[in-house]
Amino acid sequence: MLAAEALTVSIGGKTLLEEVDAQLAPGRITAIVGPNGAGKSTLLSCLAGLRAPDRGWVLLDGAPLDALGPRAKAKCIGFLPQDAPLHWNIAVRPLVALGRFAHGDAASMVGHAAIERALDEMAMAPFADRLAGTLSGGERARAMLARVLAGEPDWILADEPLAALDIAHRYALMAELRAVAARGVGVAIVVHDLALAARFADEALLLDNGRLVASGPVGEVLAPEPLGRVFGVGFTLAETEAGPVLVSLPRPPFP
Amino acid sequence: MSRAGKIALLAFGVALALFFALLAGKVWVPLWGMAQGDPRGIIMMELRLPRALLALTIGAGLGLSGAALQGYTRNPLADPAILGISALAALGAVAAIFLGLGVSTGAVAAFAMAGAALAVLLLGLLAGRSASAVAFVLAGTVLSSLAGALTALLITLAPSPFASSEIITWLMGALTDRGWTELRIAAPLVLAGAALLLTQARALDALTLGEAVARSLGVDLGRLQLLLAVALALIVGGSVAVTGIVGFVGLIVPHMLRPWFGAEPSRLLVPSALGGALLVLVADSLVRLTPGAGELRLGVAMALIGAPFFFALLVRYRRELA
Repeated sequence: MLAAEALTVSIGGKTLLEEVDAQLAPGRITAIVGPNGAGKSTLLSCLAGLRAPDRGWVLLDGAPLDALGPRAKAKCIGFLPQDAPLHWNIAVRPLVALGRFAHGDAASMVGHAAIERALDEMAMAPFADRLAGTLSGGERARAMLARVLAGEPDWILADEPLAALDIAHRYALMAELRAVAARGVGVAIVVHDLALAARFADEALLLDNGRLVASGPVGEVLAPEPLGRVFGVGFTLAETEAGPVLVSLPRPPFP
Repeated sequence: MSRAGKIALLAFGVALALFFALLAGKVWVPLWGMAQGDPRGIIMMELRLPRALLALTIGAGLGLSGAALQGYTRNPLADPAILGISALAALGAVAAIFLGLGVSTGAVAAFAMAGAALAVLLLGLLAGRSASAVAFVLAGTVLSSLAGALTALLITLAPSPFASSEIITWLMGALTDRGWTELRIAAPLVLAGAALLLTQARALDALTLGEAVARSLGVDLGRLQLLLAVALALIVGGSVAVTGIVGFVGLIVPHMLRPWFGAEPSRLLVPSALGGALLVLVADSLVRLTPGAGELRLGVAMALIGAPFFFALLVRYRRELA
């Protein structure tokens, strides 16, 4: 269990998170949703141990996360930030191999096997020797996820992994995360595409203005009433051949 | 060609250049000059050999520092001289000479190392805020001019014309008249710094994806910065203390080798050390061949090669830097 307890983060007098409690469970996908500036990315980086909260704790299986050293933390938690820079144009395999940094075994049999598995799982094996700078947006997103998978973390925390992807690649990436979660990995993603979150996630955390407004199964949280209250636009569930789909509706003050 | 093959080829080049450095000069000494009883053997063993080994040592150190700095700052324009590290090391060394601690002594080296470490820590403060390539180069300009001004001040205040002339000659950067004494000071420092730098190779790779990812991968950025500061202080401080400022080696060498060895910082470190050794060995042999009684200063020669190279890089990167 990866849990946040009464997290409070403020910067320069502005409160980014206030008394937020959240739990992530192994094998489940948790969608973190909310308007821009709600504190989603801040919550994610606190859960990843990359940012120390002003108050509150992050607990990993009941023990404080910050008691772990950087490498021990990195072995447990894989972090996929929003559009990470690629400062040097390196090939895909060494990029994925960075995922083994904390294990320090990229050159050994064990590390090599994990890297190849991650490349295969993301269908990036044919691209392994290509320079990452020459990949398309979708391929690059898969390479970056393969980098996280190569570290074989128990938890994957991803900040808007879908942002740069077209709809087909969004479905594909969510399906990949579903498959990873099925192996027992706990996944949390910050996501703006509410319909996709409603479809693929198990749980959801709805944030607004640094506060947790609702949490629980997606069916309850990503529902027209709480979403309408937070986003200020209308939502409805449309019946389709694929089941009910969450749809947003323009509503005053929007034209 | 495999990576090991390419490294072996570079090492072979260094060996050839070392051999050439023993023969080349105002007096060409043929191979049999080394024979017992030939007076030219003294030129080779007592003058050219230590000088060549010193060229090899500082060249390797500067090439390695350039590759590591470029990896750490994620900036293809980084170089100990451009970022002001050499200038602050020189200021430290000049301060030591000014205080009468002599030229090419351990005290000068200690002062130079302190200057270099200060420069890296100041640059690190900037890197901690994910500064752009432009910000780094500007910070280097500021550090260089400040160090330059303070150095000039010390020269003006020097107790005797002899002392100022000693400082000025030394500052220009050269291996002229350097021998076993200088090698004994620089070599252990450069070697220790290089060994320390090489332990951080993978952490430099992790920075390829930015600081947030590097931290999430388990890199302790504070520790990395501290180790780099110590390593660069040893290498740059140790080199500058005995030769003055020899710039651009760390800029040119990783650039020439990147297409050949790939862009991963860890894979460029050892090749850049060999490439730096090769470049400085060849350059120092060639400056000895300049016509006339004196010789072109190595620091001057490197700047004459390096400045146009830097300019060409700026033209190539201008779109990214804008």
